[in-house]
Amino acid sequence: MKNSFFMKNPSLLVFLGLLALFTLGVTLMSEAYGSGLVSTSFVKTLGKTLCLALVAIAMDLVWGYTGILSLGHFAFFGVGGYMIGMWLMYARTEIIVVNSMASAPIPPTASELSDAIGSQIFGVVGSSDFPAIWMFADSLVLQLFMVVLVPGLVALVFGWLAFRSRVTGVYLSILTQAMTLALSLYLFQNDSGLRGNNGLSGLQNLPGADNIPQSVISIWFLWGSALALALTYIATSFVVSGKFGSVIRGIRDDEARVRFLGYSVEGYKLFVFVLTAIMAAIGGALYYPQAGIINPAEIAPIASIYLAVWVAIGGRGRIYGAVIGAVVVSLVSTWFTGGQAPNINLGFYVVKWVDWWQVLLGLSFVLVTLFAPKGIGGLVDLFTGRLAPSRKGAPLGPDAGSLREEEAEK
Amino acid sequence: MIRFLSVVFMLIMTLGLAAQAQDANIQDVLQEHREAIEKSSRKTIAPAIDAIAASGLPSAQTVLQKWQSKDMWQRKSDGQFFYAEKVDSKTYTIFAFEGGTPLGDIAKADLDQLKPNSGIRAMIGAALVQFQLNDPDPVRRQEAILAIQRDGEASHLAPLRASIASEADPDIKALKEVTERLLTISYDTDDAARVTAIQGFNGALSLEARAALNPVLSTKITLKDSLPETANIKRKIIAGSDALSVSDAFDMLVASGVTQAQPTVSERKDALAANIVDGKVGGVAVADLNTQDARDRAYQTLAEAGTVPAWDAGFSEADAVKSAAFVEVYDESSKAVTDAAEATLKTIDRAVGLNQTLDLALDGLSLASIYFLAAIGLAITFGVMGVINMAHGEFIMMGAYTGYVVQQIIPDYTLSIIVAIPAAFMVTFAAGVAMERLIIRWLYNRPLETLLASFGVAIALQQIAKNIFGTQARPLTSPAWLDGALVFNDVLAISYIRIAIFVLAGIFLAVFLFIMKKTRLGLETRAVTQNPRMAASMGINPDRVNMLTFGLGSGIAGIAGVAIGLYAKVTSEMGADYIVQSFMTVVVGGVGNIWGTLLGALGIGFLQKGIEWLNPSNTLAAQTYMIVFIIIFIQFRPKGIIALKGRAAGD
Amino acid sequence: MSQLLEVSGISVSFDGFKAINNLSFSIGHAEMRAIIGPNGAGKTTFMDIVTGKTKPDEGSVLWGDLSRNLIGMNEAKIARIGIGRKFQRPTVFEDQSVFDNLMIAVRNDRSPLAVLFFRPKTKDNDKVHELASTIGLSQELMRKSGELSHGQKQWLEIGMLLAQDPKLLLVDEPAAGMTLGEREHTTDILKEAAKTRAVVVIEHDMEFIRRLDCKVTVLHEGSVLAEGALDHVTKNQDVIDVYLGR
Repeated sequence: MKNSFFMKNPSLLVFLGLLALFTLGVTLMSEAYGSGLVSTSFVKTLGKTLCLALVAIAMDLVWGYTGILSLGHFAFFGVGGYMIGMWLMYARTEIIVVNSMASAPIPPTASELSDAIGSQIFGVVGSSDFPAIWMFADSLVLQLFMVVLVPGLVALVFGWLAFRSRVTGVYLSILTQAMTLALSLYLFQNDSGLRGNNGLSGLQNLPGADNIPQSVISIWFLWGSALALALTYIATSFVVSGKFGSVIRGIRDDEARVRFLGYSVEGYKLFVFVLTAIMAAIGGALYYPQAGIINPAEIAPIASIYLAVWVAIGGRGRIYGAVIGAVVVSLVSTWFTGGQAPNINLGFYVVKWVDWWQVLLGLSFVLVTLFAPKGIGGLVDLFTGRLAPSRKGAPLGPDAGSLREEEAEK
Repeated sequence: MIRFLSVVFMLIMTLGLAAQAQDANIQDVLQEHREAIEKSSRKTIAPAIDAIAASGLPSAQTVLQKWQSKDMWQRKSDGQFFYAEKVDSKTYTIFAFEGGTPLGDIAKADLDQLKPNSGIRAMIGAALVQFQLNDPDPVRRQEAILAIQRDGEASHLAPLRASIASEADPDIKALKEVTERLLTISYDTDDAARVTAIQGFNGALSLEARAALNPVLSTKITLKDSLPETANIKRKIIAGSDALSVSDAFDMLVASGVTQAQPTVSERKDALAANIVDGKVGGVAVADLNTQDARDRAYQTLAEAGTVPAWDAGFSEADAVKSAAFVEVYDESSKAVTDAAEATLKTIDRAVGLNQTLDLALDGLSLASIYFLAAIGLAITFGVMGVINMAHGEFIMMGAYTGYVVQQIIPDYTLSIIVAIPAAFMVTFAAGVAMERLIIRWLYNRPLETLLASFGVAIALQQIAKNIFGTQARPLTSPAWLDGALVFNDVLAISYIRIAIFVLAGIFLAVFLFIMKKTRLGLETRAVTQNPRMAASMGINPDRVNMLTFGLGSGIAGIAGVAIGLYAKVTSEMGADYIVQSFMTVVVGGVGNIWGTLLGALGIGFLQKGIEWLNPSNTLAAQTYMIVFIIIFIQFRPKGIIALKGRAAGD
Repeated sequence: MSQLLEVSGISVSFDGFKAINNLSFSIGHAEMRAIIGPNGAGKTTFMDIVTGKTKPDEGSVLWGDLSRNLIGMNEAKIARIGIGRKFQRPTVFEDQSVFDNLMIAVRNDRSPLAVLFFRPKTKDNDKVHELASTIGLSQELMRKSGELSHGQKQWLEIGMLLAQDPKLLLVDEPAAGMTLGEREHTTDILKEAAKTRAVVVIEHDMEFIRRLDCKVTVLHEGSVLAEGALDHVTKNQDVIDVYLGR
């Protein structure tokens, strides 16, 4: 059976191989373990990019395979980041506070310690009490559990409400966008308990690892991200390859038909929604320690739309497409916005890419949607000769959001 | 009391001596009180000031003003009073008070300047008030009254009362009467008069009335035993309630000497730290002092040894304050007055509450108008055509920037707005048509792709705007006649801009209904919406209709942009601020129906204002709750307020 | 013998238009029934109500020996208790192979977790192959169903219906757009199915109905106009007036 699983997913082995090569290559060129050809900050960029690829896979599963254009998955990504950030911030502040209190004539009591940590963390929002949501922040294990639990619960409640009332298509997209907006506005408040617009910071410093240089930590996170990405890829391949994949693609193309076959469409959608929310959260939990800071702006609705952009440019409905999209767009975007791209002098006007990259991205996105609905991943079909059925112009399914002929054929 | 009597005296004098005033001389009056004026003491000066004020002479005001501003001088030779102006450091010109006739220059050495102290100057000022209140110029009278309203004193009361009867201008008279009541509340010594005055403000909305009543009702919380029998007690207070915390109550007990303060946690900690001997405190190792228990034990040991103040471990502040009686007591001693004030304040609160509700409704209405303006274009493209246009917000932004550019060219604000509205429509109409031709029409029936492609357009447009106009906000200035607000009373007011936006929303609704119901384009649009193939076979060109409809929706967004730009700042990100709310408005209202959009806008506008009112400190929370509410609302009405039913809904 | 499905007194209206008006209908355990009627008679709406897609304003739909009321149940649940439906337009999952289409439909636990870890057993594969030969698509199993001809898609959908192993099949215009030969094949499949379960066929084509050789119910303006053998109803004056005569 294992054989047939890999047989069904030829891209899986190729991908895993490439990922392993990439990770090994970066490690050997890193400052910590190799030649130092790749700077630590670039290692972090690469590690973050792997996390973005991970969340893109989640997006592909929920959109490309199940047909739910969620504009909220980056919010789950952010919430995952917040959850791990709480532990990182708490544990590190605790060490600092304990050290600073060690010189006091009388050793601090537990409540004095907690008060001191509280005023350290929440001083910026004029508070010193720990809100209830920080209940588990002192325990890495519990907080890791929260990384999965909190976004999972949010997705479960929201998804249950949305799918139960059979909101579909663009309505659902707008509703998910509203959810994202509500979440980010909530986090912007100072009394949200998560430091308002200051967000959580200093996340790149692992508690108790002060003696380990960032160059080493960055490589560790690269490995962790690569491992998580590999596992996500395998899990997603598993989900979409069997009968489950058949059902969710059926839901994407013709929801009503699946329902009349006796499948609880809502249950499947909810399952996929929650599963992908958890994937996204895990990606976020690996991303933000590399980014060092998380604030509510990260969760803003636009971030989730960009996520959809990556998947669309990469090619939805195929897992490697999502990875390609996320990696290409985010790296190219870093290159352009980082000021490395050469300016173009038109004589009367100098095109500075820092300013014009967004325009280019927006327009290329329009072009991809119009002329290459299969995205970059569609290029693969040129080699594999994947044939699409001819339906003489008829759509693949009657529902909004289903694949149309022009997407399915070359 | 003396002052009051003197005022009464002055009033009598004013009436009685008015006849004599013709042949009296101000110098005589001054000479009569020469001694008091020279002595310049607060205790004895009152009769002098009153006499001048009551003389009824036209120059009396001049005397008081000059005296107050330290410009009154006395000639040493004969003790006569003049006012003087400096010529040089040694020489002054003196003037008679009557008619201001110059009486020649005189050496400074021959003059004594009268330097009234601040207390006397205040008394002179009070005496001057009656002159201002009776000034022939109504504007100056009004200014004087308003000055009293702002900064009244007990001494103003009598002249104010005296001036009411003779007031000819009905408006000013009313103002005087109100002011008199306000002063009566604060300064009259007669409780009955105060009660009457207080009751006169039943249901009044003015800030002044509330400002006058609130000090009357000021209270403080104190120990009951510390009060005299006659104290005007408002209510009993239980320590540990919201009104009085246990620790405050305990502090009060300590301050009154009823009980002894106990060393606090931090004091005990400091005491421990100060008594470390060989790494131990009271027999407990320092390293073990990391629990409160251990610390308490160590302190107890120290206390028993007498090293530190005694501390009762079982002592509880809550128990200590339990036996004491606390009361809230009015600063005002008369119960009749405070009762009347409470009752009146209640009627005022009710009236204010009513007006605040109205004000909130107006706020909600104007917010609804803005949402309606922002959403109506979207309702056309999304509702009528089934096309999601994520760039709608950017069309709003383009309209606002068009307005800004027009204002750079045409400096006259009124004219520029008149030009800007059609200009914005044309710019965004063109942009909309271009977008429809180039992008949207390839994606009909693929709403999710439309959403993403139009999002691509949105980020491109946003960045282009940023590149052209920069990141800082640009002002779109409204014409002067739109400044200010329509004020109904101190509570209820609405700015003219908001009224204008409300009117504009109404016009849009009418224009939209007209286009859809009465024009060929509307008919064709409805036909294409309902059955594009059938419409096409009837000779309607769906391409053209879609193009025009999309252009129309975009053009309206442009006009909405001008309107929104007038009251909010124009930035490249302004569109993004409205896009989600606009979608919510359309979705909540029900797709494909302009009345639904209107209801959606009203619902969301009122809801948001209502939530803000419940939690005024936090508009972010209000928005969060509103969105959550909408998500729940969609559960019950997935198709919006006005839903298409049956097969037509296509479900 | 009790009836498999008993519909009694259902009415439903859309914006004032009464699509179904006090309709009563019943069918036994292994019975073939044809429903005919002019356009707008409420044939499709009737199926919508039975399958849970449309909620009737009044009336009851009772199912099986236990007489469970189907009203208020969702479509998936109704499908799982044994009512299969074929739509007017062939709706198969065109992006997936014929095999996958049939495999989705094969009767098995339909909860997400069970499906996620589902691995086809020998009996599932046998079932798919057996169905494929019944509907004549054995050669096409690995082809994408989108590539099939219109008639083949209709058969595939009927095959998917049979794969669910339903007690009642609701078939909406199965012969529309088929060639003569294809129609005969369709009739055979349906008649074969009706030996073990109830089959309700909506059809306009009188020849097709004649070949089914079953009891006929005529709907008009949302209620039953006549019921009986085909020859019987075609002689009914009302039926001739509203349907056949025109």
